[in-house]
Amino acid sequence: MTHASVETIIGERRSQPHQLIEVLQDIQEAHGYISQEAATTVSAHLGVPLIEVYRAASFYKALSLEPRGKHVITLCMGTACHVRGSHVLLDQASSKLGMDNGGTTKDGLFTVERVNCLGACAIGPVAVFNDVYHHHMTSAKLSSLIDAVLTAEKAGEADAQG
Amino acid sequence: MPRVNAIGELSTLQERLRAGRANGETILTVCGGTGCQASRSGAVIDAVRAELERQGLSDSVKLRITGCQGFCEQGPIMVIDPSNVFYCHIEPEDVGEIVARSVQGDEVIERLLYTDPATGKKVRTEAEIPFYRAQDRVLLSKNRQIDPCSIEDYFAIDGYSALAKVLTEYAPEAVITEVSASGLRGRGGGGFPTGRKWADCRGASGDEKYVVCNADEGDPGAYMDRSVLEGDPHAVLEGMSIGAWAVGAERGYVYVRKEYPLAVEHTRTAITQAREYGLLGENILGSGFNFDVEVARGGGAFVCGESTALMASIEGKVGEPRPKDVHTVEDGLWHRPTTLNNVETWANIPSIIQNGAAWFASKGTEGSRGTKIFALTGQVRNTGLVEVAMGTPLRKIIFDIGGGAANGRGIKAVQTGGPSGGCLPAELFDLAVDFETLAQAGSMVGSGGMVVMDEKTCMVDVAKYFLAFLLDESCGKCVPCRLGIDRMLEIVTDITEGRGRPEQLPLLEELAETVRETSLCALGKTAPNPVVSTLRYFREEYMAHITEKRCPAGVCRALIEYVIDEERCTGCGVCLRACPHGAISGAKKEPHVIDPLTCRKCGICAEGCAFEAITIHSQGVPCYSM
Repeated sequence: MTHASVETIIGERRSQPHQLIEVLQDIQEAHGYISQEAATTVSAHLGVPLIEVYRAASFYKALSLEPRGKHVITLCMGTACHVRGSHVLLDQASSKLGMDNGGTTKDGLFTVERVNCLGACAIGPVAVFNDVYHHHMTSAKLSSLIDAVLTAEKAGEADAQG
Repeated sequence: MPRVNAIGELSTLQERLRAGRANGETILTVCGGTGCQASRSGAVIDAVRAELERQGLSDSVKLRITGCQGFCEQGPIMVIDPSNVFYCHIEPEDVGEIVARSVQGDEVIERLLYTDPATGKKVRTEAEIPFYRAQDRVLLSKNRQIDPCSIEDYFAIDGYSALAKVLTEYAPEAVITEVSASGLRGRGGGGFPTGRKWADCRGASGDEKYVVCNADEGDPGAYMDRSVLEGDPHAVLEGMSIGAWAVGAERGYVYVRKEYPLAVEHTRTAITQAREYGLLGENILGSGFNFDVEVARGGGAFVCGESTALMASIEGKVGEPRPKDVHTVEDGLWHRPTTLNNVETWANIPSIIQNGAAWFASKGTEGSRGTKIFALTGQVRNTGLVEVAMGTPLRKIIFDIGGGAANGRGIKAVQTGGPSGGCLPAELFDLAVDFETLAQAGSMVGSGGMVVMDEKTCMVDVAKYFLAFLLDESCGKCVPCRLGIDRMLEIVTDITEGRGRPEQLPLLEELAETVRETSLCALGKTAPNPVVSTLRYFREEYMAHITEKRCPAGVCRALIEYVIDEERCTGCGVCLRACPHGAISGAKKEPHVIDPLTCRKCGICAEGCAFEAITIHSQGVPCYSM
């Protein structure tokens, strides 16, 4: 996969330190995380000390310093989803993918992340599976979504080998 | 696109667009808000478009895709006008039939109508649905009338007339007088009088000033700001323009959460359109007034809803609050005077100018004027956005509009105001929802989240949930918030895990008091509210955890066990296959058993059991019936 380079993303925002968060968000969106190289480039081009870049990147939840998995499952842990049992979903995803309360699988296939509210509270529990919102989520539905991806990935691997 | 250079040109344009809409054509309104999109309204919309094309109706029937209409539970929803027929839970496969029977013909498709849960009867039109009927929808009714990505739609409902009126008829001070007279108070949680904030900012010294729209809405359980911004972004921009004129600002920012991609997109589209028409930019409507707006995306930090943290974030810094000895109206964004209001506050401004302060003040109570949008969620039948006059009793919102308990279990509390608010017990449901009343009861209106809780919700767990949330979201700058929340969470965790001691409760209260008194910003100052309010109204639940080591709601994992009822279990094996930990065993068609040592008490088994054979026990006593 080719990404827009960090320089391209910064574009006309050079030497504008106040654009730091916006630039980091754009990099996160394009690359999936803020790499060391990206952080260094941002620091040099915007004129922000490197430590400030890291400070921002580790402060804001939307930014990540680690690459995310190929498939991303976002589970809403907001109050409305919580009282409708969203924790079951986290248990299901974590135990199915062999992780402890979310994270990224060793093979980099899945990332399970928790967010504090997606603002779709009326139809909770809500899960976002690769950018697609799912309402009234149950552990069984989540399980079959994960299974479908695993099956497709296996088929893909077999094709690549065959 | 023609730039509108004068007030006269705007009214001509509005008149032309209104005339175009008034010819009684058939309009299919489909909700495209985030809630309905999650229910696949995108596929329904595509199907409608294809079907209209196929049946040759593309020119005669208008398809309007709106922002959130509030009745998210029923999505995807469609209203057919002029007949006002309301269809819910539509699947793309239904669309062909809808177009053939209800658009080409005038039949009503029974199965797609809404069923009133109270009477079990089918309801034909939108106007008859109790959920809508009991509301006073001032802001939300606009979402229903416009495509948020069409500034022309906004013009057709008199959009930007309030700005035009202000620029020709009102001196900035007169705008402030009008807003003050309306009694509008901040909708984001603080409830500060908007007019006074504007007056202070106008009076502050400095040539360069800013207006900011707070659309960070980090409160879990609240999404009215998202819906207003998604569904009617021009109202927010128009409100900001009027505010900018009043305080003397030429630049504005909309700070919106990244988790709200549709709101970001619609706001950006609206800004581009307003610039094209010359309603943002230089010399707006030929008045000499200059004003422009930019979007700044929040990075997913709850503390950034706090004004000084939000401003730091716009400046490209870490969102840490600072002491507010000098208010942001004097020393705000880039140390310049700044007026920061919430989305809903800004969206109220155009109608206050258009209809007058007296009209706004006629709704609501003495101290809390106007209408307010609430997000009604949790264990209630009709979940969605509810707009009512301030002062409406909780009972009316939860039972008349919300339809009461969702699962036949008794409703025991409502949590209002998010992590800064509190839990109010069912005995207090006659309380009027206004700023003062809820604050006296130990909760707050906040930004308007209302999460309904039933017997299956453990109030100690709710306190723990909010403390964990706040610990995670505390920026860590001040000691009371950083350490105080942590210690409170430690005690509450002890209680939920069976290590609680009675003497910990006074300590918890003392800690709560200290955190409230000494924290730097509102996050810390209000952080103890969920603990204090649950201790005040649900102390017996805390005591059951402490003295009997029992969780009455069956939630706290250390105190419960899952048990399979031999009589009910058919041995179907669903739970055995569903258990991710291999804790369930049993032969086919024989009652199954859960091994208590392997069981992690996640409850996945109970969720899948069709025979209700799996129940939760605490200290040998069954918890609420499942």
